[in-house]
Amino acid sequence: MAVGNPNRAKAESGIIRWIDDRFPLTQMWQDHMSKYYASKNFNVWYVFGVLSLLVLVNQILTGVWLTMSYVPTAEGAFASVEYIMRDVEMGWIIRYMHSSGASAFFVVVYLHMFRGLMYGSYQKPRELIWLFGMAIYLALMAEGFFGYLLPWGQMSYWGAQVILSLAGAIPVVGEDLVQWIRGDFLISGITLNRFFSLHVIALPIVILALVVLHILALHDVGSNNPDGIEIDQNKDENGVPVDGVAFWPYHVVKDLVAVGVFLTVFCLVIFFFPEGGGYFIEKPNYEPANSLKTPEHIAPVWYFTPYYSMLRAITFPLFGLDAKFLGVVTMGGAIAILFVMPWLDRSPVKSMRYKGWLSRAWLAIFVVSFIILGYLGTLATTEGRTQVAQLCTVLYFLYFILMPFYTRIEVTKPVPTRVV
Amino acid sequence: MKKLFLLSLMMMMPMFAQAAATGVQLDSIQVDASDKASLQRGMKTYVNYCLGCHTSEYQRYIRAAEDLHMPPELVVEHLIFSGQKVGEQMTNAMDPKLAANWFGAAPPDLTNEVNLRGADWVYTYLRTFYADDSRPYGVNNVVFPSVGMPNVLSELQGVQSKTCGQVTEYDAHGAAVIDSLTGKPMTVESCEILSIAQGSGSMNPAEFDATIYDLTNFMAYMSKPYKTDSQRIGMWAILFTLLMTVVFYFLKKEFWRDVK
Repeated sequence: MAVGNPNRAKAESGIIRWIDDRFPLTQMWQDHMSKYYASKNFNVWYVFGVLSLLVLVNQILTGVWLTMSYVPTAEGAFASVEYIMRDVEMGWIIRYMHSSGASAFFVVVYLHMFRGLMYGSYQKPRELIWLFGMAIYLALMAEGFFGYLLPWGQMSYWGAQVILSLAGAIPVVGEDLVQWIRGDFLISGITLNRFFSLHVIALPIVILALVVLHILALHDVGSNNPDGIEIDQNKDENGVPVDGVAFWPYHVVKDLVAVGVFLTVFCLVIFFFPEGGGYFIEKPNYEPANSLKTPEHIAPVWYFTPYYSMLRAITFPLFGLDAKFLGVVTMGGAIAILFVMPWLDRSPVKSMRYKGWLSRAWLAIFVVSFIILGYLGTLATTEGRTQVAQLCTVLYFLYFILMPFYTRIEVTKPVPTRVV
Repeated sequence: MKKLFLLSLMMMMPMFAQAAATGVQLDSIQVDASDKASLQRGMKTYVNYCLGCHTSEYQRYIRAAEDLHMPPELVVEHLIFSGQKVGEQMTNAMDPKLAANWFGAAPPDLTNEVNLRGADWVYTYLRTFYADDSRPYGVNNVVFPSVGMPNVLSELQGVQSKTCGQVTEYDAHGAAVIDSLTGKPMTVESCEILSIAQGSGSMNPAEFDATIYDLTNFMAYMSKPYKTDSQRIGMWAILFTLLMTVVFYFLKKEFWRDVK
């Protein structure tokens, strides 16, 4: 007797068949693994998606174990982290995997996003993949921000203080809004409790859901490739793209090499440089949070510093709005403008390989500006540094604002019909 | 594209450079967690001179006993003065509120002091107290001006004070300025030279420096008691992941042989 949807792929017999009659197991396996074809010319830039997933799993698993011993109260948080580091068996490895994992997450995600920019992976028909990805990035920043308060060290406390006070720059409702978010007149155990809740429940659920959407959208339209060619337009008699190879086993074994390299570097960091020279775990965070003692120099963790630089670069009021509010708007705008990327690029080709020199030059300017902004964000401001930050902020935005023009007027190279 | 990838990695390198510290030149030391004798001497100095006022509320005696290769009963006998049990954390009976009254600020917990300020800072700080009558306890410090802490180690070090004399001149990059005529380093008048009154302490300067090295070494151990484990396990972990990468590489090569 046939049960279940007769149209879906099913195993011949046995337990898999029993499941297939009730759940699309074989169908899903084929759709996403054994019959999901991706271009055979993927280069090293194509490993960062898989690595992001690996780091996500790392964060969730280590997070589960950290939560077992962490105490989310103003009185107990700092001591419980020390307890994890010193008294919990192998606790220091778990904690370093989590703290270095946060930085690793942003490293691979930034490289993954750069890949997208370089090969036009956001272009039609992949606009939604890009939007889901950007939403993940946004959720990830929130996750990182909430998580950074939890060790309840000085930098946790004052970093959160600085970032939260940004909302206070919003005219009229700002101060009330900040108080509502904090749940108190200053950052306190109440704030810590809600940040903990958001960090371990709300945002992980949002991120996981978005990752599923990101991958479903990807597997529906197919992966882009370094040439920006739609491999689906060239299929053999079996309906298999001639330039594609199945994700399982080909891309999986290829990605495993990247996983091996990544884990080697990751182990090097967690076992030998877990503080990342003060960038992954900042020194002042070894002192418990103290609302009466402001550290000399407050710097957010490195993955926020490009935006922090932009915030500080706006030093002048404009149109009757104060500098701080404009800084917040600039910062928000810098992230928001990434969302509309698919509609800014008017180029007839996807990949940087076939775009003109203007696109290449602007992408380079954008990357260099972003890195300089990131570096400046870790330093205290001086007049000269602020001017450099202002210049880089302008260049950052010009990359996007001018994109509809330079992608249209530049001469592109002809795109081959088969991948190179 | 591979070049671009390497380039982008290289561009991230400055991010990993150590952030520069304060203006005072710190004396640099190399801490050594494998030198158990040094750590044991350091712990002895620590419990005798530091623990009376400071705490190490995250460090347990028993953990130090195990990590420093000391029998727990000897630790109980010689290193615990508070009557605490060997499984307890290294704390004291001082009331932080009273202490804040006495010293201007409660003596901070020292478990993470080396994490917080670095071993070089601690090593330099403990050796650069000098007589200063304007301060309540008669001493000031070069790397921590107006510090509230008295120089508890003066019975070992002796009385140190600032004197005037000629010192080598350094340029902004820390290199000695050379006189182009004589080829010798230039000197300038300085009244920041630290000198110890002869015979005022029970140790000579070399012995005292060695004692402070041991103490700093112990404090560095205390800041990351898992460090030796980390390095030992780390070597094996990296060896494993490297081996794994090699296996994966050949696996990939094998599978991709039929892809044209």
